[in-house]
Amino acid sequence: MPAIQMSNVSVVYKGSKESALDQITLEVEEGEMLLLLGRNNSGKSTFCRLLNGLVPHSIPSTLTGAAAVFGKDISRGKVASLSTSVGMVFQEPESQLFCMSAEEEIAFGPENIAVPRAEIVSRVEWALDIVGLRGYNSRSPASLSGGEMQRLAIAAALSMHPRMMVLDEPAYALDPVGREELYSLLRRLKERFGMTVIIAEHGAEEAIQFCDRVVVLAKGRVLADGSPRDILSDETLFDFAGVSAPQLSRLSSIMRRRSLGTGSSIHTIDDAVREVQDAISTGGQEVPR
Amino acid sequence: MTPGGEPGESVVTVDGVSFSYEGGFEALVGVSMRVRRGEYIAIAGGNGSGKTTLAKHINGLLHPSVGRVTTCGMRTDETSVANLARKVGYVFQNPDHQLFCTTVEEEVRFGLENMDFEESESAPKAQAAMELVDIVALRDRPPFTLSLGDRRKVTIASVLAAEPEILVLDEPTTGLDHHDSEHLMSTLRALNRSGRTIVLISHDMRLVAEHVDRAVLMAAGRILVDADVGAVFSDLELLREAKLVAPPITQVAHRLAPLGVSPSTFTPSQLVQQIEVLRGGGG
Repeated sequence: MPAIQMSNVSVVYKGSKESALDQITLEVEEGEMLLLLGRNNSGKSTFCRLLNGLVPHSIPSTLTGAAAVFGKDISRGKVASLSTSVGMVFQEPESQLFCMSAEEEIAFGPENIAVPRAEIVSRVEWALDIVGLRGYNSRSPASLSGGEMQRLAIAAALSMHPRMMVLDEPAYALDPVGREELYSLLRRLKERFGMTVIIAEHGAEEAIQFCDRVVVLAKGRVLADGSPRDILSDETLFDFAGVSAPQLSRLSSIMRRRSLGTGSSIHTIDDAVREVQDAISTGGQEVPR
Repeated sequence: MTPGGEPGESVVTVDGVSFSYEGGFEALVGVSMRVRRGEYIAIAGGNGSGKTTLAKHINGLLHPSVGRVTTCGMRTDETSVANLARKVGYVFQNPDHQLFCTTVEEEVRFGLENMDFEESESAPKAQAAMELVDIVALRDRPPFTLSLGDRRKVTIASVLAAEPEILVLDEPTTGLDHHDSEHLMSTLRALNRSGRTIVLISHDMRLVAEHVDRAVLMAAGRILVDADVGAVFSDLELLREAKLVAPPITQVAHRLAPLGVSPSTFTPSQLVQQIEVLRGGGG
């Protein structure tokens, strides 16, 4: 059974004339790590909110088409029933942390679904360990750095043992090293537990290297859907979606336009080094294609 | 809206400053730096490096525990925040921390009226500031109904309206998408060309590399390096120590330095230009 199944899904918010999502059809396999890419108002937050039923059940909106998460019809499921299989993390961790200590924060979800005490204690330790916050049990969330807060929000979601993690611009306030740590943590969740991971971002520079698949959204529609390699090869796509093109994909297209290098596409620093070396060493000669 | 004074003269002097928050956390440790008139600099560093704490010393929001800060000739600990605000415009990271009026235009005029400008003066100043950041069409809208990008422009306009000599912006592109972020950066560039001194606080090194002249790198409350952007990017290890990562193109350029590529290469087009020169020489 796929993790996400959508067929002709549209969402219109109450009071709005435009569709926030417009005829979306796609499937996501369990265990996939997916990057949702699009500028602000492209529909990526709506997509995220749909996955745990916040849309249409808590935020006034109309859902049409067929949308299911792990086989559960979203239009029928309530947020509470979906939230045990889908963990959500939003932009600003501050807005979702409210307890006095890190362990209370993590225990909050399982307590609400009556998980036995001993089981909660072991989930707290497990979640703190996974996100790299061992020993932080009694720390006040307010005393944590931005990156630590974001990891605590993830731990709190993980304690519900979700099958899918959905993160809406989770790197918002993190420094570059904090971002790398965050994305590699998410990659670990996929690899160790087979978790499905959905990340929404408005820039591709860092996250794309960690994901299996990229869906580009524009005005509520799917503009492109492919592997990071496919997506990175098409620089015009980024302009079209109003998303910042990763530098390496810009380099790749400028070099091709000027017939520099072998013409193979550039996705990593290593690719770039090889292509530029080739371009310099072949001197002024035209490279046969 | 061109500020007076000689270019190149020091407008901010931070001299041996240490600062501890209540509870004892030492956020700045022996920091000294200066900003000259007309400069466009970045204070860069990871979360918790002290960059925002340092910036808040420039307009007297915070006073040093040790050392002194002089802004536009005034000791910040002997001058009111209101007086400093005439010289230094401060744009907070979260626009919602400084927006509270019912329309955009009121918001932009609020600061001016607080500084006792007559309406005959404040109206044209507000108009000019709204034109600069391109929000005239939004003047009657309640700020809270605007997008994050537009809300941020409103906070910049309300700060610009008072024609400060120095503009300090804390992570102004956070949460903005590519389009809004490019637009804001070109507005800042234009303001700098018209003589305004700009201090940008950021951990986005692509932004710093492409837009700023000089960068002050911070880690754990100390200045790691204070140099022109080219020199700052010549040491990738140092960047890493500051929890920062050089733009991918700069990392590529570093690897290709033995072939004659400059390590201070920040954009794809800069790299391609060098390829063309180098292959001309070798072929």
